[in-house]
Amino acid sequence: MAFAAPKETYSGKVYSVTVGTGDKAVTFGGENVLSFHSFEGSTPNRPLIAFEIQDIPPADWPENVQKPYAAVSGDPVTWAKYCQDELNARAVALRLVGTHPDRENRSPEDAVKTVKDVLAAINIPLIILGSNHSEKDTSVLIAVAEAAKDKNCIIGKAQESNYKTIAAAAMANNHKLVAMSELDINLSKQLNILITQMGFDKERLITDPMCSALGYGLEYTYSVMERIRLAALTQNDVTMQQPMMGDVGMYVWKVKETQAAEADLPHWGSTEERGILWEAETATALLIAGAELLIMRHPRAVAAVEKVIDELV
Amino acid sequence: MLIIGEKLSIIAKRVREAMMNKDKGPIQEIATRQWKEGSGMIDANIGPAEDGGEDLMQWMVTTIQEVVPLPICLDTTNAKALEAGLKVHNNEWGRPLINSTSNDPERFPILELAAKYNSQVIGLTVGKGGLPADAEERCAIAAEIMARAMEYGVPLEDIYLDPLVLQIATSQDHATKVIDAIKMFQEMNDPAMKTVVGLSNISNGCPKHIRPILNKYYFLMLMNAGLTSAIADSHEMAEALNERQLFNDVLAGKEIGDPEKMKVIKKTIEVIMGDNLYAHSYLEM
Repeated sequence: MAFAAPKETYSGKVYSVTVGTGDKAVTFGGENVLSFHSFEGSTPNRPLIAFEIQDIPPADWPENVQKPYAAVSGDPVTWAKYCQDELNARAVALRLVGTHPDRENRSPEDAVKTVKDVLAAINIPLIILGSNHSEKDTSVLIAVAEAAKDKNCIIGKAQESNYKTIAAAAMANNHKLVAMSELDINLSKQLNILITQMGFDKERLITDPMCSALGYGLEYTYSVMERIRLAALTQNDVTMQQPMMGDVGMYVWKVKETQAAEADLPHWGSTEERGILWEAETATALLIAGAELLIMRHPRAVAAVEKVIDELV
Repeated sequence: MLIIGEKLSIIAKRVREAMMNKDKGPIQEIATRQWKEGSGMIDANIGPAEDGGEDLMQWMVTTIQEVVPLPICLDTTNAKALEAGLKVHNNEWGRPLINSTSNDPERFPILELAAKYNSQVIGLTVGKGGLPADAEERCAIAAEIMARAMEYGVPLEDIYLDPLVLQIATSQDHATKVIDAIKMFQEMNDPAMKTVVGLSNISNGCPKHIRPILNKYYFLMLMNAGLTSAIADSHEMAEALNERQLFNDVLAGKEIGDPEKMKVIKKTIEVIMGDNLYAHSYLEM
């Protein structure tokens, strides 16, 4: 008798989310199966990788990931255009890290100007991320959400401590919203419930269960993502059917393995190759766990992950 | 069903202050209230009680038994305090219960005390390492505790196996594992092993208004699984016992007269059974 591969059918489906406007708008999510299980059901959209840029020069990034952007990263507009035009980015994620009170403490007005300039320079979708300072993000994200009104951006991240104002701003200006909780599936669900109870459309939400780098708790992120996706598909849990985001670059390019010099650790091999691999590996693991949106830094790591996606879709 | 009143715990501020000041009033008031609400035993949790534990436990046992004709569940990790309490315990009101021994070698001497004072003892199915992964691991630990109890001369009829209830807010999958463990524990001896749970831990970390709901319905599910006793809020448990028929009707898929209550019971069963992912607002969805 011929072998018939067993197939799962699921009762639930991930919402599809469209970001950006015009013919460069991108849709991700929408599948009714586990990642890349196209043989079991429908996987209408490719996962989206956004190139991370920031409002201030990336002096805090390791040298090997600064290098590809050395000529452009002094200015977020040039940087964004470079990602779009030279690296064929499908989306850009602008992190307003310079607004953090412990960094340049840039004002919401400064952030508005940066966002407007970047939006004017590119036609691919823009993801706008705060500095992860709960209080400051409130004022900054309200201002930039308004400045980007109707550009159908993704705004983030709304957390338990500040979701009300940020969600209201995203709602008023027709954006999508990232809801982040700290590696706790039950709190992730609770935050989605609280945000939708404000009247925010559940199909405009993206869940960030909090990322971690390979070797630094990746298995926790993986497990939470996997369980969220199983709740969405097998239990048809409407509060858990949002696409998921992995904020990969920020976590990966902080760990020792992406920075330690080859001279100090010759058996670890080339620092540059190692860093790129670390980012690509982390990102790929999260794709398998269920992430549909990845924020990444190194162009070669992005290219490697895009290739994996090509082979799996 | 034996309800062991949980309220005399050092964790509660009012109780802690009364313990520190040796103020009998609040202790006796709370003990009396729990007795009237249906507790058949009173838990006296004095914590690790490293300093003055012996005096404190003796004071607690005599203070409670002065006003309430019930046995005491002596709840501390301090073996000396346990022994001091057992010495003064009035067995006229029933035999005491020690809370607890486990599979941690440091807790083995507690079995000696149980044998020496003819006390019953709780066997918490945890080892020295981490938490038990599932019902099977709880049973494996239970078997070790039972074997050791026999070595020490404690009859198995005097052991209450405790599967360790974990918080639904962080360890939802353990809710059904504990129910399974309660069923399996009973099979481990004939007559069936007695069982006990620290019930309220199920709702630890949950919003205040849903704690009694989770406590009550989880209790009824455990009761259906054959649970012998629970360290719990006796007021909540009295309510639970009143609602038992209603609860079992919903569990059996029947319609009940109160649609709001039916919704609450159904949703709570769903999160306990793991059919719906727990969130603090689960009742509102």
